[in-house]
Amino acid sequence: MSAQSRSLLDPALIAPALGSALKKLNPRELIRNPVMFAVEVVAVVATILFVRDLLAGSGAAFSGQLAVWLWLTVYFATFSEALAEGRGKAQADALRRTRSETVAKRLTGKSNAYEEVAAPALKVGDLVLVEPGDLIPGDGEVVEGVATVDESAITGESAPVIRESGGDRSAVTGGTKVLSDHIKVRITAAAGSSFLDRMIALVEGAERQKTPNEIALTILLAGLSLIFVLATVTIPSFAAYSGGAVPVIVLVALFVTLIPTTIGGLLSAIGIAGMNRLVRFNVLAMSGRAVEAAGDVDVLLLDKTGTITLGSRQAAEFLPLPGVRASQLADAAQLASLSDETPEGRSIVVLAKAAHGLRGREIEPLDATFIPFSAQTRMSGVDIGATKIRKGAGDAVIAHVKALGGRIPDELGEIVERVAREGGTPLVVATDQRILGVVYLKDIVKGGIRERFQELRAMGIRTLMITGDNPMTAAAIAAEAGVDDFLAEATPEAKLALIRKEQEGGKLVAMCGDGTNDAPALAQADVGVAMQTGTVAAREAGNMVDLDSDPTKLIEIVGIGKQLLMTRGALTTFSIANDVAKYFAIIPAMFVALYPPLGALNVMGLASPQSAILSAIIFNALIIVALVPLALKGVSYTPSNAAALLRRNLLVYGLGGLIAPFIGIKLIDMGVAALGIA
Amino acid sequence: MTFNGWMQIALFCAIVLALARPLGGFLTRVYAGERTFLHPVLAPVERGFYLLAGVRCEAEQGWRSYAVAMLAFNLLGFLLVYGALRLQGALPLNPQGFAGVTPDLALNTAVSFVTNTNWQSYGGEATMSYGSQMWALTVQNFLSAATGMALAVALIRGFARRSAKEIGNFWTDLTRSILYVLLPLCVVLALVYVAMGVPQTLQPYVTAKTLEGADQTIALGPVASQLAIKMLGTNGGGFFNANSAHPFENPSALANLVQMVSIFAVGAALTNVFGRMVGDERQGWAILGAMGALFLAGVAMVYWAEAGANPIHAALGLDPAGGNMEGKEVRFGIALSALFAVITTAASCGAVIAMHDSFSAIGGMIPMVNMQLGEVIVGGVGAGLYGVLLFAIVAVFVAGLMVGRTPEYVGKKIEGREVKLTMLALLCSPAATLLALGVASVSPLGLAGLQESGPHGFSEMLYATTSAAANNGSAFAGLTANSPFWNVLLAAGMMIGRFALIVPMLAVAGSLAAKGKVPPSAGTFPTYGTLFVGLLGGVILIVGGLTYFPALTLGPVADAFATAAGTTY
Repeated sequence: MSAQSRSLLDPALIAPALGSALKKLNPRELIRNPVMFAVEVVAVVATILFVRDLLAGSGAAFSGQLAVWLWLTVYFATFSEALAEGRGKAQADALRRTRSETVAKRLTGKSNAYEEVAAPALKVGDLVLVEPGDLIPGDGEVVEGVATVDESAITGESAPVIRESGGDRSAVTGGTKVLSDHIKVRITAAAGSSFLDRMIALVEGAERQKTPNEIALTILLAGLSLIFVLATVTIPSFAAYSGGAVPVIVLVALFVTLIPTTIGGLLSAIGIAGMNRLVRFNVLAMSGRAVEAAGDVDVLLLDKTGTITLGSRQAAEFLPLPGVRASQLADAAQLASLSDETPEGRSIVVLAKAAHGLRGREIEPLDATFIPFSAQTRMSGVDIGATKIRKGAGDAVIAHVKALGGRIPDELGEIVERVAREGGTPLVVATDQRILGVVYLKDIVKGGIRERFQELRAMGIRTLMITGDNPMTAAAIAAEAGVDDFLAEATPEAKLALIRKEQEGGKLVAMCGDGTNDAPALAQADVGVAMQTGTVAAREAGNMVDLDSDPTKLIEIVGIGKQLLMTRGALTTFSIANDVAKYFAIIPAMFVALYPPLGALNVMGLASPQSAILSAIIFNALIIVALVPLALKGVSYTPSNAAALLRRNLLVYGLGGLIAPFIGIKLIDMGVAALGIA
Repeated sequence: MTFNGWMQIALFCAIVLALARPLGGFLTRVYAGERTFLHPVLAPVERGFYLLAGVRCEAEQGWRSYAVAMLAFNLLGFLLVYGALRLQGALPLNPQGFAGVTPDLALNTAVSFVTNTNWQSYGGEATMSYGSQMWALTVQNFLSAATGMALAVALIRGFARRSAKEIGNFWTDLTRSILYVLLPLCVVLALVYVAMGVPQTLQPYVTAKTLEGADQTIALGPVASQLAIKMLGTNGGGFFNANSAHPFENPSALANLVQMVSIFAVGAALTNVFGRMVGDERQGWAILGAMGALFLAGVAMVYWAEAGANPIHAALGLDPAGGNMEGKEVRFGIALSALFAVITTAASCGAVIAMHDSFSAIGGMIPMVNMQLGEVIVGGVGAGLYGVLLFAIVAVFVAGLMVGRTPEYVGKKIEGREVKLTMLALLCSPAATLLALGVASVSPLGLAGLQESGPHGFSEMLYATTSAAANNGSAFAGLTANSPFWNVLLAAGMMIGRFALIVPMLAVAGSLAAKGKVPPSAGTFPTYGTLFVGLLGGVILIVGGLTYFPALTLGPVADAFATAAGTTY
């Protein structure tokens, strides 16, 4: 928040915005915003009237000032948009620099022979070689090799990530840098349509299209403006009946104060700022539509691992078989884990020390050989001399022990089943052909996640946990985390079917995923957040990409979507409620000459008809500037149910919108009268 | 203001509230085609009509086809009324031998009765034959009311259905409205009125000798039958020029109560139909609640304004304790006159028991505001409900965003298309009113009809153009509207106010019906309860009211301040 308020006043952003706001006054660009376009037309009319008054030599001071404030009204609106775009532009420029002059090493034949070509000349399907220190020339898929890649150009995260062929970490992005090893990459995106290009276009707002809700709101505002056109154009003939006339400059002033200029002026800034908030969260929305949909989400599908539980499991208990001492089991397990750098392995070392006072030992003096985990054996362990200590999945260790001629105790099955029922993972430990017992690896539910789910429930959003675990384990974790429901032994097909089922009931579903097999579900979900670490297929299927690859962010994304819609609604309500006070400023000023008793309607006690009209116009212009920070930051938002949110916002922006302009116009009028400018 | 006065107002409200639910239940069954206690007798009649007309009652229509059927039916109705009035001199049941009606008056009257406005540029007993009253005007009273009810049900179906192409069958909805609702109730009401002393005869006018020996012509006719539908169908066109202030059209306090209740009965019940059809009666009560709040505020203001005295009269030495009795029936007094004036303008009825022109400036302004808000405070039968639902769409769209979701109303997402069509519909009435008023206030032909000058004269024109565009039909009096200029201008206003609104409204119904339904959750903006009632009332007041602020300032508001200051024009 503090970083944000600082950046709002950042002169580096404000200065260019002042200039580009001027360019946006071009009527061809402004016509996309009917309300502000109307103000511009009216400003032109006022300027002509000013010139006329100047030539006639009377009243030019008044019409001149009105014309200036009308132009300022339009300018403030375009300024707010330019300021909102400014942030994105700065980011886009940084991105663009990384794209420049990359040279690609296109492979020519079967061997590693390559020719150097400019990156933009690459075609989809080309194979390129990328060596340490090279920038990856385009989006693609690793087809051979493993490499560490610095993706900070895109994610801002300086820690390198691993990219390897096959599996779910095969996607590479153009503009990122290979740090070690060399890889072969098949190009999957043509120049100009790469991820980086799309990202630049998105943050810059070049491709910004109005979102469905924004279009609907624009129509509403245009409709209201039309009603006020009717209300103003008929006034001259009413006045004629009443035996007088109303100057055109006063009519245009009334019209501009009545039409919803506040929301009309800030509408596009709100939309851009909403996208920028996501970008600041390191989430890229492929369309504004997706951000809006996020606010509407009814069901969140969350992967258990990494979202609800910590990515790793932790040893919670040593469960020895009968005849084995717990410390004996702990000792063996610790030895087997000393060189095991996985979080599970480390947690076993820690637990053994905490529960049985066994200190971690150096492995070299023991003449030990560490046996790393492999997908074939599904075990890891250590060989100390002739002694083979192994830990691993139940069936793998059983097979291993049987192969050595060992016996499988009957009690083992019971223990393994109990651990699974409680939501844990059993890790069986054996020394040579003797099974010692089980290490209870527990899924650790993230701290505070339960409260987050409660908040979501209050907002009317259901959480659904997706896990590959068996239903027993899944139920235990679901209960501990406090999710509303779970899908156990989830397959990609089951996930897709679940999303379809929820959607048929009229619900909007959000999910995140990274693997190729997640792609159909990501495409089907209303909000599909693909992880940056994921596959190309996943990234193509989703409508958002999370650069940090943090699935918990789905919750924040929903919040940002809601905040965007709330900000629009709040400023619309405020804008319309303002009209009451403006009528009370201008109508008596306009008609008091026709019927002097109407002076009683001047409830604010404004100094003179001219100062009343001028003050209303000034208020109308200044309120846009005053609300720019709110539009860019979004209204404050605490998750709660809709009725409470509505009551609060109606009070603040509805009632506030009724009262604020009475005070504001009065204060400006006092200033105007004191300066004697009207 | 008196306790007795308030008790009468309270009694009226209690009866309307008590009727809303049972009548709503009955209407819901009728429109769903379910059996009611009337079916043993009327179902064969209904089937007979379909057989005669070649209508397949189970074949439903999309919104376009529904709209075309409705427009064609109303065009035919217009032509029949116009023809009957022009040829009146040659048609039977004309004991007074009235000549055919002039083209502009016939046009105005035909449009007026087809649009459920029942604006009368003529005096009934001096212009219309019994035959014209019966087959042209009374028939159209039924048909225009039934059209409104059918349209409301079509829009409700839009909200209630999911992923549907059809919104009902116009012919079925129309037939059922008349056969099961309007006709049976009117038969009963007409008999009640007759029992209370309302004439129902085809005999010629009676000539009586007064005590001074002068001849007096007493107008008669089939009054009771027309009175029944005039109120129940919120038509409001009086049999006599004095409308329900005439003793033969409103013989007693009880008859007056029955009339007032029948104006609101169907409109209030339709809110309950809405609640039932969308599966949550609270939704209907919330709408009725918003209507009720605006209604009571109006009644309180008019009652307060009329109970106070005219300061100019008081200065001349009149006792201010009597309140403002000018233009009021002594039989009904201030409380009932105020109540009736608000009912008739809130409900798009247009019948009167007092001359609104003679109300105080504020007392006369409230009826205008009622109409300018779009006739949505209970409103015309059907028209009030579809009008208020359009406002609900706007209210939900603006405020609903503030809960951070795409706005939805009773499970239907409100998106660009609905907003566009709704704004189009809501534009019609202000456009018709203000443009007509703008033309009239600078045209010598328009000003020729005025009785008063100054702000009150402006109010007379404002009232007339408002009444036409809002399809209310009540008159402020004071304006002589039977001139080609006013007849054509107001006819145009009535047409736009009715049909230009209906077509986009039906399109909204079609668009909503095609959508799926979003199940409610804690994140959904609840559209029942006081919060929504306040919001809907606020949006109606702000969106409906702000449009007319300048016009009202130059009319009744200026009038009020001038009266207070003792200025006359």
